[in-house]
Amino acid sequence: MQATTAQPPRKMKIQRGDVGADHSVQALTPYKVIGVILLIILALLFLFPLYWIITGSFKSQQVINAATPQWFPLEPTLNNYERLFQKPALTWVWNTVFMCVMSMLLTCVAASMGGYALAKKRFAGNKLIFSIFIIAMALPKQVILIPLLKEMAWLKLHNTLWAVILPTVGWPFGVFLMKQFSENIPNELLEASRIDGAGETRTFLEIVLPLISPGIGALAIFTFISAWNDYFLQLIMLNDTQVLTISLGIAKLQSELSTDFGLIMAGAALGSVPIIIIFLIFQKFFTRGITMGAVKG
Amino acid sequence: MTTKAPSLAVSQAQKAQRRRENIAGYIFMAPSLIFFLGFVIFPMGMCLVTSFFNYTMTDFSFIGFQNYAELIRDKIFVDKALVNTLIIVVLSVPVTCVFSLWVASLIYKMREVHTSFFRCVFYLPVVTGSVAVTVVWKWIFNNYYGILNYLMKNLGLITMNQNWLGSANTALGCIIMILLTTSVGQPIVLYVSALSNVDGSLVEAASVDGATNLQVFWRIKWPQIMPTTLYILVITTINSFQCFALIQLLTSGGPNNSTQTIMYYIYYNAFKLSRYGYGSAMGIILALIIAAFSAVQFRLARTDNG
Repeated sequence: MQATTAQPPRKMKIQRGDVGADHSVQALTPYKVIGVILLIILALLFLFPLYWIITGSFKSQQVINAATPQWFPLEPTLNNYERLFQKPALTWVWNTVFMCVMSMLLTCVAASMGGYALAKKRFAGNKLIFSIFIIAMALPKQVILIPLLKEMAWLKLHNTLWAVILPTVGWPFGVFLMKQFSENIPNELLEASRIDGAGETRTFLEIVLPLISPGIGALAIFTFISAWNDYFLQLIMLNDTQVLTISLGIAKLQSELSTDFGLIMAGAALGSVPIIIIFLIFQKFFTRGITMGAVKG
Repeated sequence: MTTKAPSLAVSQAQKAQRRRENIAGYIFMAPSLIFFLGFVIFPMGMCLVTSFFNYTMTDFSFIGFQNYAELIRDKIFVDKALVNTLIIVVLSVPVTCVFSLWVASLIYKMREVHTSFFRCVFYLPVVTGSVAVTVVWKWIFNNYYGILNYLMKNLGLITMNQNWLGSANTALGCIIMILLTTSVGQPIVLYVSALSNVDGSLVEAASVDGATNLQVFWRIKWPQIMPTTLYILVITTINSFQCFALIQLLTSGGPNNSTQTIMYYIYYNAFKLSRYGYGSAMGIILALIIAAFSAVQFRLARTDNG
């Protein structure tokens, strides 16, 4: 893996056909053909669970328990969904949306302010604060859950969605990301704004925010996905049926009615299809958000 | 910590300016700092503190390093949780990296539509959410109603239904397989973007000089995507260490602790047995292990990069 040592290439075969082949899409070498076929098979395997969730949610209990599985629901039924909505499944969806959106908004506000301060304000102790943020980021989140549970109980927030939202907002990644973005703001702009007589608030709102908005977008998506997927935190903090998120709801259905797969798949479909549609619509933003988060992180 | 030692010549105006900076800095910092101190730093400190206590529903007394001493002697922790966690990490991290690099290098040169299609497909399990993915796999693997048994019987690979998740031989393998499907999405997105950003003129020049595709890859692309690889290694390691939903929903650590992991064992001790102190001690150990892994990866990546 000594990639940079300057050894002469071992094989110096000059293949005219290969020159520039790297950039042409159509060059069909056997390796590429096999690769693409494999890729398509893998893609189908990756799509299958989702297909199975959606079709399964329309299958009746008899069909599911039959010895021969049905590849496609021949007599589709809405019975699973009817039963699902008798559990307060819509409440779970609403809880999830509320939790994710609140986490996202609060994180974006707090992190963009904090990141800007760390990047551009020379206040006492800002280096120290930044290093603590960095160190904390390297630690596993779940380690703090035990004391966090006690703390939430003490704040009387246990069993409310805020017990999930507040720790998500506190997570240092956002501040770190926004600091990296704020560093690219030219100091001259801030200086000019100050000379024009703009106060701190106006400078932040009118100069800083527009400049770091791509970063805020990335952070919003990042926070949304991680809040959505942070099952452990939700599991610890939320118990009552009324405050469950959709993930917890599905898990609860599964633990109570372990082989009622139709109902469980209906829950899984309700929990995943809407966000998949959002993902497909905003695909570009997601991709950009994920890469920006990594490049800057 | 104060800003530089105040010199005698500091004028009033400069002092006022510095004070304004300080105040503004802290006001902007305040929201994130409050959340960070309140919900990250404070619990982290408490985790360290409670790891030295016998902390249960009824008791809260200082016992020094006894939790840690018990941990070393705890057969389930050392032989099962620790070993299984390491197996998961050691298998899933390299496979995730290689697999996503392979997929990314196949798709990044395709037409835009095709690239996004494959990128989406492999990212789907992440968006679907760990719980939804887990429950459908539980059905697929099911002893009686699962499609896997049906398919494999029809293909003649097995003669009778296997209890995939209920058998100590296969359960961990199944979990690693599902974990892989949920962890390649982000690396693929990252690699596609990293590979597209590789300096094209270098690749061109090397090709003209007669370098094979493999040589172009190792000598030109690989060093340039090294930072991405490092980032992917670190996040995949952390994610594999923390894989929890899969274990809790599929096997609860069983059968016979064959899928016990540190994360699940922490959960089990702290939230099922209410042994908060013991759980905290495990959490501290987990944090140290993850920190050690990340440090090693950083070192390796740095020497690799020359």
